[in-house]
Amino acid sequence: MIRRIGQWFDQRLQLAAPIREASEHRVPRNTASWWYVFGSAALIVFCLQLVTGILLALTYVPSAGEAWNSLQALNHDITLGWFIRALHGWGSNFMVAIVLIHMMQVFLFGAYKFPRELTWIIGIFLLLMTLGMAFSGQVLRFDQDAYWGLGIGASIASRVPGAGPAIVKLMLGGPIIAGATLSRFFALHVFVIPGLLIGFVCLHVLMVFKLGINEWPMPGRVVRRATYLDEYHGLTKKDGAPFVPYAIWKDMFFAAFILLAVAACAMWFGPFGPSGRPDPTIIQTVPKPDYFFLWLYAVLSLLPPSMETPALLIGPVLVILGLLLLPFLSGEGEKSWKRRPIAVLTVMLVAVALGTFTHLAEYAPWSPKMNAWSGAPVPAEFLHATSALERQGALVFQVKQCRNCHSLGESGGQRGPALDSVALRLTQDQLIRQVIQGGGNMPAYGKNLSPPETTALVAFLETLHPAGQAPARNFALGQ
Amino acid sequence: MTSDTTTNDTTISRRGMFMKLGLLLNGVVAAALAVPIGRFLLSSITRARADGYLDWISLGSVSQFPEGETRLATFRNPLVMPTDGKTVDTPCWVRHVEGDQFQVFAVNCAHLGCPVRWFPQSGLFMCPCHGGAYYRDGARASGPPERGLFEYSYKVENGLITIKAGEMPTPGPGASLMHIKGIRNEPRCGGCA
Repeated sequence: MIRRIGQWFDQRLQLAAPIREASEHRVPRNTASWWYVFGSAALIVFCLQLVTGILLALTYVPSAGEAWNSLQALNHDITLGWFIRALHGWGSNFMVAIVLIHMMQVFLFGAYKFPRELTWIIGIFLLLMTLGMAFSGQVLRFDQDAYWGLGIGASIASRVPGAGPAIVKLMLGGPIIAGATLSRFFALHVFVIPGLLIGFVCLHVLMVFKLGINEWPMPGRVVRRATYLDEYHGLTKKDGAPFVPYAIWKDMFFAAFILLAVAACAMWFGPFGPSGRPDPTIIQTVPKPDYFFLWLYAVLSLLPPSMETPALLIGPVLVILGLLLLPFLSGEGEKSWKRRPIAVLTVMLVAVALGTFTHLAEYAPWSPKMNAWSGAPVPAEFLHATSALERQGALVFQVKQCRNCHSLGESGGQRGPALDSVALRLTQDQLIRQVIQGGGNMPAYGKNLSPPETTALVAFLETLHPAGQAPARNFALGQ
Repeated sequence: MTSDTTTNDTTISRRGMFMKLGLLLNGVVAAALAVPIGRFLLSSITRARADGYLDWISLGSVSQFPEGETRLATFRNPLVMPTDGKTVDTPCWVRHVEGDQFQVFAVNCAHLGCPVRWFPQSGLFMCPCHGGAYYRDGARASGPPERGLFEYSYKVENGLITIKAGEMPTPGPGASLMHIKGIRNEPRCGGCA
């Protein structure tokens, strides 16, 4: 009976033969490896995102006035709304991570070489669209971070020579970040990019089936356009196995493990935000991007100002162009990472750089601690056995917000140097000059300190040296 | 057409001509539809050219802003759409210098647009994002911004202060071309050379 129903459908659909062909196609035996599971894992997380995204759309309202309230309703009022939001948010983080790992594996295994150049190029577009989904998703979580994140995006876009202001208005859908902005990011996140993603993912997977999975790279087995296809087919004949079930069981195990990991993170850590209401008049906010854009936040803080616009506008173009051209620049040759030291070093350099910037951005030493002057008092040990003048100076130090940028006893901002032992480095005259004239990225305080305040402040700063070490002296003046 | 053997490259079959006409017809319709679609898509840009987004908006009575002080004021953006919610309420910093002399700054940092906060005790605007700082007159004090704070034009009439606003200020393409006073040739810190 079941067989007859199946035959009825297949007579009309005619899909059984191609499916059987795809599942039984022979793959090189040693590609049934745990290294080859990341592509299918990215696909399964993408499916999770589609399902959870549709579920969220049942409640979410893409209106600047209502979006935040609808997220609150999801978090608090609707049964398991928080869990679906958490799955979608964690799914997004997992998807970016898995896509990056997949790309690194493909690069190190030389899988972008002939004849798989186009598969790699489509993969680059898939990476860009995944990042586009991550950013637009952060915008749809329409809170303070989303609002000011859009402001940062608009400020970057405005720097394009000539077209800058027009691009900003096109991006925002008007002169300011408002209802039209959220609506167009909703259209991008829900219709445009997912539509493109589905199409490109289908092409990507189709090409993997048509061209065959990349064989395990062996040092010395060199890719040549003239001979590769014959060599590959010889390999699948001689040492091949059908994809189903020989290789697919590892994909299935890993996919289940990843879905379980997303669900576990969603359950333990919960959904992301939303943070404060997207009300621009609330300026007591410290906007920060989502995890996968933290490195960019660090780069934007650390680049010298004159390099920033060129780096922002030319850098991404060069990186994307380089990735797209890679299979044409090295479409033949060694595939094994054991014979490609520059490839290995490149991956390590990029990983260390992104990791370092992300780590730095997690505590953002370049940002003033806006509440340190009122929230982090001068530690008591710095005030032992001080004179009345020096204590007055400590008060000036606190009230004039010096603490927002300078730490004492490891509390306070890190924008400027820690001042625990500043008296060892600067003499009295140098302290006065630095306070009044600023310099070296410190604002000048001359206009905001009266002479008595300056005297008291410098007297306090002069006490900041470890016991037993003499403070800096200017011997030319006989001090 | 009959299948005569004299057909050469210059003749065209009836069906071939209809297919080409069909393509042409679809091309014309697509081009005609592209005009309204393009105009709709680009309306946020073209509107700015036509009648502009900027308008004079009152911040209220001058007496709210004591001389010598800098205070936060908010205004409603001149262009409001039904789904804008609170996003059209825009803050700005108003510095009453003296008499009828004011400075009205956008809260958006000239670096990448984060909201700067005013600290009257130290006379500085500080940005929480990438560490930009500005003096009380809006001039750049330190950090990554390449210029001072954005200023709105203002006028004082009948005891009311109004500003010309309506667009989010962004650094624009000229940002990197601005001359930055004192950013180079400057000792990094007083005594650590």
